[in-house]
Amino acid sequence: MNDPQDRIDNQSRRSFVGTAAAVGAGLGVAALAPGLHLIEVSQAGTARSPGEAASNTVRWGMLIDTTKCASGCDACVKACNTENGINETIKDARQGSQWIRKIELKDPKNGREHSLPMMCQHCANPPCVDVCPTGASMKRADGIVLVDRHICIGCRYCMMACPYKARSFVHQPLTEQNPEVPRGIGCVESCTFCVHRVDKGQMPACVEACPEGAMTFGDLNDPASAIAQRLAREPSTQVRADLKLNLGVRYQGI
Amino acid sequence: MTFMKQALVGFAAVLLLAPALAVAEAPKPALKIENPGQCIAPAEEMRRNHMEMLKHQRDRTMRQGIRGEKASLNECISCHASKSTGSVLGKGGFCQECHSYAAVKLDCWDCHQPKAGQKHAGVAGVKE
Repeated sequence: MNDPQDRIDNQSRRSFVGTAAAVGAGLGVAALAPGLHLIEVSQAGTARSPGEAASNTVRWGMLIDTTKCASGCDACVKACNTENGINETIKDARQGSQWIRKIELKDPKNGREHSLPMMCQHCANPPCVDVCPTGASMKRADGIVLVDRHICIGCRYCMMACPYKARSFVHQPLTEQNPEVPRGIGCVESCTFCVHRVDKGQMPACVEACPEGAMTFGDLNDPASAIAQRLAREPSTQVRADLKLNLGVRYQGI
Repeated sequence: MTFMKQALVGFAAVLLLAPALAVAEAPKPALKIENPGQCIAPAEEMRRNHMEMLKHQRDRTMRQGIRGEKASLNECISCHASKSTGSVLGKGGFCQECHSYAAVKLDCWDCHQPKAGQKHAGVAGVKE
């Protein structure tokens, strides 16, 4: 949001989508004329119908209000672990999963402390995708950055490239996977925005589990969505905005 | 000339014996379908093409986000997982039995859950 180019892009798209949505308000479709539909404006909480591909009219994003995020609370981490079947015992803590983790920050100048969850930021220009030698690291049309484990060779170049330390590598054979979340030895993995839930019209597990309601999830491209409305009205930050990666995850209060 | 005749007779004898030797090959896999019903295609087509079906489906689902495809590993195990072990792997397991016989490496289940009905425990506050 801080990048002028991004703001211009977003504004022009928003004003266009906004006009279109006003025409098709209530129907969830933008109609050029009766019976002629231009684009579909997807809403958070709506499942895509079977056979329908993810669309680039949607961009999933998350807004995290760190002023509400309680220090020591790890409800989001626990929910993520349960939802995604992350329950293996790690011999070396440095090799643990990095799908989502809590970070405690302290400003040494004034002593202000706060806590925030850090995970894959779902960049519009993801460095992990740039460096992947096989094309396994990929960005889906709706902005969710994923690892295609079918072609991941486990080189871990993406782990090096990620500025957010958001990726981790599975070092041991797994047996307790969630049927909807395949994961296994020899592949890199990271937060998927709970893509299997989002595709069913549900919220990511961390968002639902947060007892403070500090996390908002939705479509950044839909001006009617709660997240887009808050981003339009309230200040927010992208972590390492200087890298101009155009993040899907935005923070408040840092 | 005599040598050539002997060689020919010997060769013919090997050819005649070959079918008798074939009897000693590995036993055919014994498959048990635990939850018989209508598969997504006839058995002959599934035997020959299941890997292609799954490969194309996996790319559409993974990369394009298309859900609800006809071919799906989770749908496979809902019918084919063993009732005793709950899995398609292990001795007599639907997938492993054939793949062992054909000596084809089976690595789908390194990442995908091979047991039917496996549920994640769920956390308070997370709706299903």
